[in-house]
Amino acid sequence: MTVYADNAATTKTSKTAVAAMVDCMEKYWGNPSSLHTVGQEAAEVLADARERAAKILGCEAREIYFTSGGSEADNQAIISAATIGERKGKKHIISTSIEHHAVLHTLKRLEKKGFEITLLPVGVDGIVSAEQVENALREDTCLVTIMYANNEIGSIQPIAEIGEVCKNHGVLFHTDAVQAAGHVHIDVKEQNIDMLSLAAHKFHGPRGVGLLYAKKTIPLTNIIDGGAQERGKRAGTENMPAIVGMIAALEEAVSNLDKNSAYVSALRDRLIEGLSKIPHSALNGDRNKRLPGNVSFCFEGIEGESLLLLLDEKGIYASSGSACTSGSLDPSHVLLAIGRPHEVAHGSLRLSICEENTREEIDYIIENVPKVVDYLRQMSPLWHDLEEGKKNHVI
Amino acid sequence: MLYSEKVMDHFKNPRNVGIIEDADGVGEVGNAKCGDIMKIYLKIENDIITDVKFNTFGCGSAIASSSMATELIMGKPLSQALELTNKAVAEALDGLPAHKLHCSVLAEEAIKSAIKDYYDKNGIEYDKELFREVSCEHCH
Repeated sequence: MTVYADNAATTKTSKTAVAAMVDCMEKYWGNPSSLHTVGQEAAEVLADARERAAKILGCEAREIYFTSGGSEADNQAIISAATIGERKGKKHIISTSIEHHAVLHTLKRLEKKGFEITLLPVGVDGIVSAEQVENALREDTCLVTIMYANNEIGSIQPIAEIGEVCKNHGVLFHTDAVQAAGHVHIDVKEQNIDMLSLAAHKFHGPRGVGLLYAKKTIPLTNIIDGGAQERGKRAGTENMPAIVGMIAALEEAVSNLDKNSAYVSALRDRLIEGLSKIPHSALNGDRNKRLPGNVSFCFEGIEGESLLLLLDEKGIYASSGSACTSGSLDPSHVLLAIGRPHEVAHGSLRLSICEENTREEIDYIIENVPKVVDYLRQMSPLWHDLEEGKKNHVI
Repeated sequence: MLYSEKVMDHFKNPRNVGIIEDADGVGEVGNAKCGDIMKIYLKIENDIITDVKFNTFGCGSAIASSSMATELIMGKPLSQALELTNKAVAEALDGLPAHKLHCSVLAEEAIKSAIKDYYDKNGIEYDKELFREVSCEHCH
């Protein structure tokens, strides 16, 4: 059996999305900036995609900017807010310690340019409160950027409450909704979101395309200069097949959202319950305020990369926040931020499931993860030290 | 693929995993914070390594490096085992990705540490130069 359980990394492109993309490539291959009929037919398809995206998010079509993905949208949102702030002498930005690197590294860059960045800590549940945001606001705060849901531990932030706080204080609010879009209900007006980023491949659309919603009153700063595409704010001929595929996938995800959410949440809960039986394991993130498809665990005494490689052998495709898999020296900043010590964070496993997973697949995971964890523990000197009482169990 | 076939073979079918209760020399290097610990157990008779076992907490290449290193020193005189370099371990595995080379360094150091333990326990004189200060280069 093979089980794809890495949907937070990327999802399988849906048939609907593929069909829309092929149709776009075959029939609407013109350059939407061209004045002739072939170009204008493509322009109409593009305008239609923009309308549909706006309808789903609860905004106007002219507030949608298509990008190369979530990272570009995050960069542009933050840089734009910083540029606006700087003009008014406001150079303070509030975010959290568990953001995606697309946000954190952009903020780091701004910090070097003289901005002050407040990274709010999160609780063990991986959640920040609206009160924390309100208390951190200053006269010179130009932006609050907080992710909708975390990519590693699935925790969902109180976005509407944070949005209200920001609105009341007249501060721009951006949310990186890459993991949330298509999986939870989003309405930018109702939730007082000024800017929002999403990426198609997290909801069965193609990779390499996303969008930025930015309220019409926000003048965006270009990340890519050139032609007048995207109302002059994002140059380059539009990646139309990808855009059309993204919108088809988003519509499909949103129209099935309640049904999928109920089904996937039930599988998730079954998986959490099954894996919780492993001794000295701990669920990462809040038990309830989490994405329908996210299951994240730490297992004491083992390292995540070896766990992934052995699961791969068994046909289970997952992810980890260990240093060895992150390509850096430290384990995941998210796991450290929720208070996991380094040695525990190294033993993390993320299983991210979707509506295509079956109960049989979940049971296959529940059957095999304990075996692999036990096998690795038996050859781990750290585990032996823990079991012999030479070191203390942390979880 | 990230790893060579040989690394995957030694990772999936590690040689000499285990503990020697009455070991003549035991060496442990690395630390939990960094995400890898290697522990090597040696049985030594007449300066020959007659048995070797390992326990490793770490990634795939750490487990494979431990396995390969134990194979390379099994049945060898201590003088030869002391000459084992991290490069030799990595080469025997048909190479390791650059950011995983420290795993082969740990394997070399774990073996040296176990031999040093044997020398210390038995009051055997040795050239201290042979045993560099155990470093965990990738840690900070």
